[in-house]
Amino acid sequence: MTKTIINFSNVSKKYGKNEIISDLNFTVNEGEFVTVLGSSGSGKTTTLKMINGLEKPTSGKIIVDTHELDKCDLVELRRHIGYVVQSVGLFPHMTIADNIAVTPKLLGWDKEKIDRTVDQLLDLVSLKSEEYKNRYPGQLSGGQQQRVGLARALSTNPPLLILDEPFSALDAIIRQNLQQEIKALHQKLENKTFFFVTHDINEALYLGDRVMIMNHGKIEQFDKPEKIVANPATDYVKKLIATVRQNKKLWEEFK
Amino acid sequence: MIEYWQENSTQMMQLMIEHARMVLTALLIALVVAVLLVIFFIRKDNWMNSLVYFFSLLYSVPSYAFFALLIPITGLGEWTAIIVLAFYSEYVILRNFITGIREVDPAYIEVAKGVGMTQTQTLLKVQLPQALPAIFSGLQITLASAMAIATIASTISAGGLGDLLFEGLQTGQVVPILWGTILTICLTLVGIIIIKLIENIMISDWYDVQKG
Repeated sequence: MTKTIINFSNVSKKYGKNEIISDLNFTVNEGEFVTVLGSSGSGKTTTLKMINGLEKPTSGKIIVDTHELDKCDLVELRRHIGYVVQSVGLFPHMTIADNIAVTPKLLGWDKEKIDRTVDQLLDLVSLKSEEYKNRYPGQLSGGQQQRVGLARALSTNPPLLILDEPFSALDAIIRQNLQQEIKALHQKLENKTFFFVTHDINEALYLGDRVMIMNHGKIEQFDKPEKIVANPATDYVKKLIATVRQNKKLWEEFK
Repeated sequence: MIEYWQENSTQMMQLMIEHARMVLTALLIALVVAVLLVIFFIRKDNWMNSLVYFFSLLYSVPSYAFFALLIPITGLGEWTAIIVLAFYSEYVILRNFITGIREVDPAYIEVAKGVGMTQTQTLLKVQLPQALPAIFSGLQITLASAMAIATIASTISAGGLGDLLFEGLQTGQVVPILWGTILTICLTLVGIIIIKLIENIMISDWYDVQKG
């Protein structure tokens, strides 16, 4: 039987009277690559931040791995969930090596193990350790910084990675390279769950084993990409799919 | 000028040492107090704002009056001067400290939390290091103003380079006033250079990288 790693039941989130998320229910299985697609204000980032407790639900229950979030030590939990964010993720005052080593240091690993991990992870994300580890984030390109961000998220070998629009600030070619690499990486690292938030429909459909489409704090559809394209469940999903078709038509006109 | 130096050089050196000792002690006290206040109150915005307001009120008390008001409590002499200087310095140091820490992009603070830092770890590992440039610029301003204010401490027999200025004023001589001024400026410059050196060691290269 597949193991559930994230479980939301009847989760809602309000800021004052503003309801951002209403009655969210879903589960993610261990080893899945789930992408969450939605426009800004759809509640997708809030949903992601509720997984590592950066946001707390107004009501409902969240279980991550085996921990009920309202009953566990969130600081400890966060050290075992990889977290990748958009552009500003790396600390500017720390070298690349120190950035990757942040959480291992919090966990009190010895220096030798940390050094080895940094080298391995930089290698994994295709950056030469000798060349990059003593540089500062400001000396790297956006794409390289995002690779380091990914390496940092993997530093404690967590079972779950949550990624908040990690590639949205990058230009098209670099973004596509990184998409291919992260997909390959997910296949290579067996049994790691990726929860990846994006507003780019192509990215969501390309990367996700399953795609969760969110709108106004509700899930419109949560299914395999091919099923979403074949059977859009709601008008909103139909409109989304139509935008891709529209683009395709444009390309054909140019030919 | 030169003649005056030759006659009084030992005494002038002594005054310079007194002056530097007063200012440095006051700065150190103010810095330690600022660090403690920041650690205890950084998450309590109202407390912090009230503290800054309190020190800004003290800062606006004329220094001459401040010295005079403290005499009944702490008496004449060096320590009264140090207390007054520490209070004045506290305002500028604390203000820069807080501005530096509050100006750290909240996104970094959230990431720090996200990678598993506690609030204290976030303060020590993310907020303080990023606030260092602002803190050091605050220290420089404080040093320069404390050096100037310390000359007035001469009136409460705390010694220092102010003695030369008041000697000149009382005897109607320009030379001691000039020497007092020059030595105060020199001392300030030396102090600023030392602060710059410490800053360069502590901030390493990242700040230069960021400024491009």
